[in-house]
Amino acid sequence: MSVEAAEPPIEHRFGAYGGQFVPETLMPALAELEAAWVEARADERFQATLEGMLRDYGGRPTPLYLAERLSERVQRPVYLKREDLNHTGSHKLNNALGQALLARRMGKTRIIAETGAGQHGVATATVCALLGIECVVYMGVHDTVRQRPNVQRMELLGATVCSVDAGSKTLKEATSAAIRDWVANVQSTHYVIGSAVGPAPYPALVRDLQRVIGEEARAQLLERERRLPSRVVACVGGGSNAIGIFAPFIDERGVELIGVEAAGEGLQSGRHGAPLTVGGRPGILHGSRSAVMQDAEGQIMQAHSISAGLDYPGAGPQHAFLRDTGRARYVAVTDQEAVAAFRELSRLEGIIPALETAHALAWVLAQADGELDLVCLSGRGDKDLAEVLGGDHA
Amino acid sequence: MSAVTASGVRRIADAFAGSDRRAALMPYLMAGFPTVEDSRRIGEACVAAGADLLELGVPYADPLADGPVIHAAATAALEGGATLPAVLDVARALASRAPLVLMCYANMVFAPGADAFVERLADAGACGVIVPDLPLEESAELRDACDARGLALVPLVAPTTTPQRLAAIGRAARGFLYTVSLVGTTGERDSVQESLAAAIARARASTEVPVAVGFGISTPEHARQAADAGADGVIVGTRLVRAAGEGDDAAAAVSSVVGELAAGLARAR
Ligand SMILES: Cc1ncc(COP(=O)(O)O)c(C=O)c1O
Repeated sequence: MSVEAAEPPIEHRFGAYGGQFVPETLMPALAELEAAWVEARADERFQATLEGMLRDYGGRPTPLYLAERLSERVQRPVYLKREDLNHTGSHKLNNALGQALLARRMGKTRIIAETGAGQHGVATATVCALLGIECVVYMGVHDTVRQRPNVQRMELLGATVCSVDAGSKTLKEATSAAIRDWVANVQSTHYVIGSAVGPAPYPALVRDLQRVIGEEARAQLLERERRLPSRVVACVGGGSNAIGIFAPFIDERGVELIGVEAAGEGLQSGRHGAPLTVGGRPGILHGSRSAVMQDAEGQIMQAHSISAGLDYPGAGPQHAFLRDTGRARYVAVTDQEAVAAFRELSRLEGIIPALETAHALAWVLAQADGELDLVCLSGRGDKDLAEVLGGDHA
Repeated sequence: MSAVTASGVRRIADAFAGSDRRAALMPYLMAGFPTVEDSRRIGEACVAAGADLLELGVPYADPLADGPVIHAAATAALEGGATLPAVLDVARALASRAPLVLMCYANMVFAPGADAFVERLADAGACGVIVPDLPLEESAELRDACDARGLALVPLVAPTTTPQRLAAIGRAARGFLYTVSLVGTTGERDSVQESLAAAIARARASTEVPVAVGFGISTPEHARQAADAGADGVIVGTRLVRAAGEGDDAAAAVSSVVGELAAGLARAR
């Protein structure tokens, strides 16, 4: 039974996935957010403001770069969509900027966010500084250590970083803490969720805001090569950079879509972040039904990845749907393989990728086949130097 | 299905109607905290000290509606081995003493499937279930499964709930309508909201089942204020979970607080 009888204007469900599994306190806020987005999406002035800021402040369009030495190595053209060249160093700004403008439009005076790698936290802290909005970012204690430079950036930008000491001390707990904050402060606060996860309308909203990655890449590639890619490849934590670059290709049946998850210490070890790859019974996490790592009783399990942004036991509901329908394929890459790709891209192309992104690159490097790969270079790796060079993880 | 559970909804109704207090007293306890055995004893002590109904929390690792005290208790319970079968054993032991409603997060309900989950609840003698992250829009399957076995799916309403939603939730309510007294997660507060009487009146107008108030009710004074504000029932959670975590004798500690709450709800002679 539904309170609104009409078809929701943006997707609440993707097949059996998605939905709104949140405390009642938040339900009116989700409806308000959806209504605001439906309105803003159709408002030319809002769109012009967003586009102008993405261009003049964010640096869009980001380049599409034919990585020649990488292409030579794998014997086929590989194009990198350079989201690392966005202001703040990753694709996360596209979403944070859009949601912060939406929050301002809704009259919210406070913004909260969760972050794993710190890239979403930095992007949110950045736009909050720009718009003069109070900002609180939740981050697992473990991640505040391994992504220390991003904690410093957030604090410099004026955000309050709350370190979360519960459970896994990583992205899962940071997201839970942000949702609890939102339950308590929902009237004044907008929750800028950082990936294509969460209760409806977030998965669709975040996809809409990240779609610019795929739209630009598609036009750039058509201009350069007069063809579509044979494959689009992106890493998947919650799945926002992946769904953003996939979105304009979903209806192009000839284009293969590959999402690369974290295999951590190996899929067999159980210490990974690859719920889409592993499969199994769907579950409910952070407000939606999707692929989830859980035990037989329905307790959510702790994920593991060397990459804080992929260290998450869930994934966006649209990805679970794309997997089940066979439209996209999900694979996983270990910590070790990711670190090797991190080093390899640095040497081959002079681009130090984020450890998250390195998962997508590792998969591309390992493939012998293919005609033309389009890869989302979702972020830069400055934040990961201590983890890779100083750590004992690799 | 046992004779007791066949009438879970009925037992809840009788407990509200038959309470000799100004409002029915419903303590919340976390199954498995501080230990599985302690939680059973705490439940028994609650009934002895005046509880009309019991709410038994199923420990969950990611409780989105709970504040730090109940979250920490859930974590401790899980570390202590409070699996679902152990929780249901506690429920079974307590359900013969007072009508018992489980508080359980959605993923644990749907992990075995709604039907199978409700079957296990019924088998344990529970009268109903509260799922704090299952709003009306997601609740049809579980409500059908509960209805089929005479169990109550108890919904929550919050201060932020719009009038249209409230009407729909009130119609779908079984057992009682859980009225969240504040905007926030579970936890003790210094005072009850001034708007409580209005919130209760609003809730009452939406439904035919009793209206129980919870979240933030921490003292006998709060309980009395909730009764003054027109509540049919008062749910006290964090205060009791905190008591269960303090001192050597958890059951005695909880029992003494429940006794005070019961006295606070006593009818004037
Ligand atoms: C550079 C980068 N890429 C990818 C991710 C993973 O997120 P998503 O799957 O939402 O793109 C993160 C998250 O922190 C990130 O920082």
